[in-house]
Amino acid sequence: MPARRSDFTSTKPARRSDFRSAMLFLIPALIGFLAFFAWPTVRGVYLSFTEFNLLQPPEWIGLDNYVAIAGDPVFWNSLVVTSEYVLINIGVQTVAALVLAVLLQRFTRSMVVRGVVLLPYLIANVVVALVWFWLADYNLGLINSTLDAVGFDRVGFFGNEALAMPTIALINVWRHLGYTTLLIFAGLQAIPRDVYEAAEVDGAGEARTFFGITLPLLRPVLAFVLVITLVGAFQIFDTIAVTTGGGPVDATRAITYYIYERAFGRFDFGYASAMSVILMIILGAVALIQLRVLRANDSDLER
Amino acid sequence: MSNLTRLRPEDTDSSSAEDLPLVTDEGPRSTSRGSRAAARAAASDEGFRTSSRRSRIFGGIALGVVVVGTLFPFWWMIRTAFSTNNAMFSDPLSLLPVEFTLGAFERVLGIASTSDALAEGGSGADINFGLYLLNSVIVCVLITVGQVAFSSAAAYAFGVLRWRGRDTVFAIFLVALLVPGIFTLLPNFILVKELGLLNTFIGIALPSIFMSPFVVFFLRQFFLGVNRSILEAAVIDGAGTWRIFYRIAAPLVAPQIVTIAILQFIFYWNDYLWPLLVGQSEDTKLLTVGLGIFKSQTPQGSPDWAGLMAGALLAAVPIFILVVIFGRRIVGSIQSSGVK
Repeated sequence: MPARRSDFTSTKPARRSDFRSAMLFLIPALIGFLAFFAWPTVRGVYLSFTEFNLLQPPEWIGLDNYVAIAGDPVFWNSLVVTSEYVLINIGVQTVAALVLAVLLQRFTRSMVVRGVVLLPYLIANVVVALVWFWLADYNLGLINSTLDAVGFDRVGFFGNEALAMPTIALINVWRHLGYTTLLIFAGLQAIPRDVYEAAEVDGAGEARTFFGITLPLLRPVLAFVLVITLVGAFQIFDTIAVTTGGGPVDATRAITYYIYERAFGRFDFGYASAMSVILMIILGAVALIQLRVLRANDSDLER
Repeated sequence: MSNLTRLRPEDTDSSSAEDLPLVTDEGPRSTSRGSRAAARAAASDEGFRTSSRRSRIFGGIALGVVVVGTLFPFWWMIRTAFSTNNAMFSDPLSLLPVEFTLGAFERVLGIASTSDALAEGGSGADINFGLYLLNSVIVCVLITVGQVAFSSAAAYAFGVLRWRGRDTVFAIFLVALLVPGIFTLLPNFILVKELGLLNTFIGIALPSIFMSPFVVFFLRQFFLGVNRSILEAAVIDGAGTWRIFYRIAAPLVAPQIVTIAILQFIFYWNDYLWPLLVGQSEDTKLLTVGLGIFKSQTPQGSPDWAGLMAGALLAAVPIFILVVIFGRRIVGSIQSSGVK
């Protein structure tokens, strides 16, 4: 079929036959895209301007949901506790992953160690949450039994308003540490070795080498890691759902959990959609800021 | 973390698959003790790994602490699952199962009688992880097979075929990656409800079965790297587009297709919120959902810890198996997403 030959050899893209087969290959993906990404996005924005409880058709109420959200202390609190979660989770995780990635690079090449470190990331949030809920249990959990045995007071990790969110944030550090570490580790591998050789010749010590070379050259990777981990962290839900259910009081009622409660607890779908829109805007802003940081540092490795 | 956030943002305009290392081609394979000397020689070739003996000891200890800290909670899960609830009161610090029993697993799998379950500290409520396990397998296989097959076809259309508007359509496609999962959750739930598919496997699978923008993006990278002269030869031999796709191009990218299929399977195996919303009935409950409900059923004062850990273990075992078999691939593919 000589006509087909040009499908591949021609530099001109528009072959009628190729267009047809491309459309055939794309049909399922296009259905998925339109039905479950494009349409829900439009509909989600529309629903945010309505009052909707699933039983009656949505009723247009303009900005009422947004006005109500602005005056909703639980919403503002949910932003505060979500930020608390994100700051602790991302802060601890990024620093720990950086240290661990350097350790991995310097002291082992074992795939087994890398696999072990990654293991928690591959286990369900729900399972991880349950295991730590048990480890940190007030009465029988290993952590409190150990504290008790060595003479300290027991700690109510999940029942204490000040401790509940940090505890959840640290549990998820444990789960995500390996993933973040591997991304940073890959970035470390990409740093040319002669840079280090030069530093060694100049007599730079460990700390100087790390802060003077490794960290600056790693900035684009770190920025990338921050974008994906931040956007993920803002959507914290599973761990909260399994451990505290938003409590004590509102201490762990993060925004996604609050959205879930308004939608499926109170059937306030319009209100929940409006909060989703706000969350999407926040996440978009976070990603944009991070991307700018990323671009600004993109050229560090090109010498 | 959302599946949709796994993309490297700057990769959206990336041009060629050669930039990505082959996911299976990772590091020296010499982890056995016998070849340690060789590994050390290779290591010193790298120049800067000439750390002092003291720092090497420190590094070894630090890594040991990390490995123990990572694995210990899993051991504690196993240890608890094989313990008897009442006995754990007496010895909460024991590193080994306290009064070894399979009771928790029997309870969780619905084999134990209600009275036995209550006697061992269970809630006595119906729990049937055997069924949930099967449900999870059905749904995750359905999603993974559909998603990876359809995404491969789409990736082929974007990476190999030439047609007007291709790059524009692909760019629009990638925008879906930026929409946070939580945002499409409510409208998708409403849509599935309107379709009358609540509490069906199809309803759980539907939003993911057609494609994942991430998988399309991931596989397109590798289709771009397929040697075109092989494809041209096939055209000269008279093969049609479909035949070239599934006889030549797809097999060439098979390792990457397998890798992404494993990753997606794990992702959907672990997913919680969507199956919780759509699969509430006993017949369509997935493992994670069953676990969450089991936890909320167990008495607040004296939870059925052994049962909870047995259930958690059952939910994690398939993942452990996948990690043992495909660990290198999984690690490699995650690393490769971080490299330029």
